[in-house]
Amino acid sequence: MIAVVNYQAGNLGSVVKALQAAGGRVRVTASPAALRRARKIVLPGVGHFAATGFLAERGLRDALEERIAAGIPLLGICVGMQWLFAGSTEASGHPGLGAFSPTCRRFPAGRKIPHVGWNSLTLRGTSRLFAGVPDGSYVYFTHSWRAPLTASTVAVCEYGGRFTAAVERGALFGVQFHPEKSGAVGLRLLRNFVELAC
Amino acid sequence: MLTRRILACLDLRAGRVVKGIRFRGLVDAGDPAALAARHADAGADEIVLLDIAATPGGRGTALTAVRRTARRLFIPLAVGGGIRSLADAEALFAAGADKVSVNSAALDRPELITEIAARFGSQAVIVAIDAQRTMAGARGATVYASGGRRATKRRPAPWAREAQERGAGEILLTSMDADGTRAGFDCELTAAVSAAVRIPVIASGGAGSAQHFTDVFREGRADAALAAGIFHSGLVDIGILKEELRRDGIPVRLPC
Repeated sequence: MIAVVNYQAGNLGSVVKALQAAGGRVRVTASPAALRRARKIVLPGVGHFAATGFLAERGLRDALEERIAAGIPLLGICVGMQWLFAGSTEASGHPGLGAFSPTCRRFPAGRKIPHVGWNSLTLRGTSRLFAGVPDGSYVYFTHSWRAPLTASTVAVCEYGGRFTAAVERGALFGVQFHPEKSGAVGLRLLRNFVELAC
Repeated sequence: MLTRRILACLDLRAGRVVKGIRFRGLVDAGDPAALAARHADAGADEIVLLDIAATPGGRGTALTAVRRTARRLFIPLAVGGGIRSLADAEALFAAGADKVSVNSAALDRPELITEIAARFGSQAVIVAIDAQRTMAGARGATVYASGGRRATKRRPAPWAREAQERGAGEILLTSMDADGTRAGFDCELTAAVSAAVRIPVIASGGAGSAQHFTDVFREGRADAALAAGIFHSGLVDIGILKEELRRDGIPVRLPC
């Protein structure tokens, strides 16, 4: 069972149906107890970084930290990936989970913001999430804040400078783009997550 | 590199795709879910469902068609037509839309843009602008409401800028003069609007050949371009279009 964390910030239907199309059994939940029972967790990517406040209020933050520490596979998508970092200038009063140390920042002025559309990935290192995904594949982004490169960056994207398109460390995964909206490439990546042994 | 997007638009009436010049001589062109999937497989970067009967007839948007289309579609889906309120938008997002496109209701009550953006994020709000040249030059264009039936006092570029300030994430600009002609996009108008905003501009109206897309991406400075009939009829194959764009040096998502 994959728990999709519902933090009341928007529609989770796209993520749920894409995970199901990738072969996953999915439950949408805002319950800490359900997260503690889940085999895998998806932290979807809708809304504002400040919605992280909802996670703390509902006791979901503690549950997520416990599960990450226990090595349960977790995939953060878009803002869900940014939450794995120390924080974001989008909501400086709301700390992230801090699994990756840098802070997310807004794209510098000079290019159109948000960064919307299909952009190509440069893969690096070895990744379980990107198994079978060709270097240079296109995926769909829509965001105004981005994470810098880290030692755990496994996919790099370029838009007014290079930024982290995906991070991976052990069973902890994050993608800045929307795999549920990225066609066959996105479904392949979700299938890799669904089929991870755990 | 960020690619230029090709959007396939499906005009809906009573839950079916219709084709023809936009407001006349409509004939049935098939099932939206099947057509959307076909366009996605062919390489469309995004699907737009436009309920063309919704605003004039006062009918609700085609929720069932949206739900069925979204079920098997794994690229972005935008829906427009007849969205009058935050509740209308909420119903479409719940049915599986990733973005909504507002037009007449935003002209009547621009606060609607902010309301939807505050709830779902700017990335989920497209403001559609239907414009017609009423005087010489791109500045001489007028914005129309109600599917091109009602002239407003607004000009496209200032209205696009206001929409951006109110929270729009993208502008969908349709040239009423070019629409249905297959004689090319209105590049001058598109460039004028694109220069006025920092958000992406989708050009619409007039697509008839691959060269028209190259022109609107180069001269029109469009971030995306939309077409309907030429894709449904098979006059232009999206995969071949993208190969030609790549040969012209336009970055596109290929292979998909």
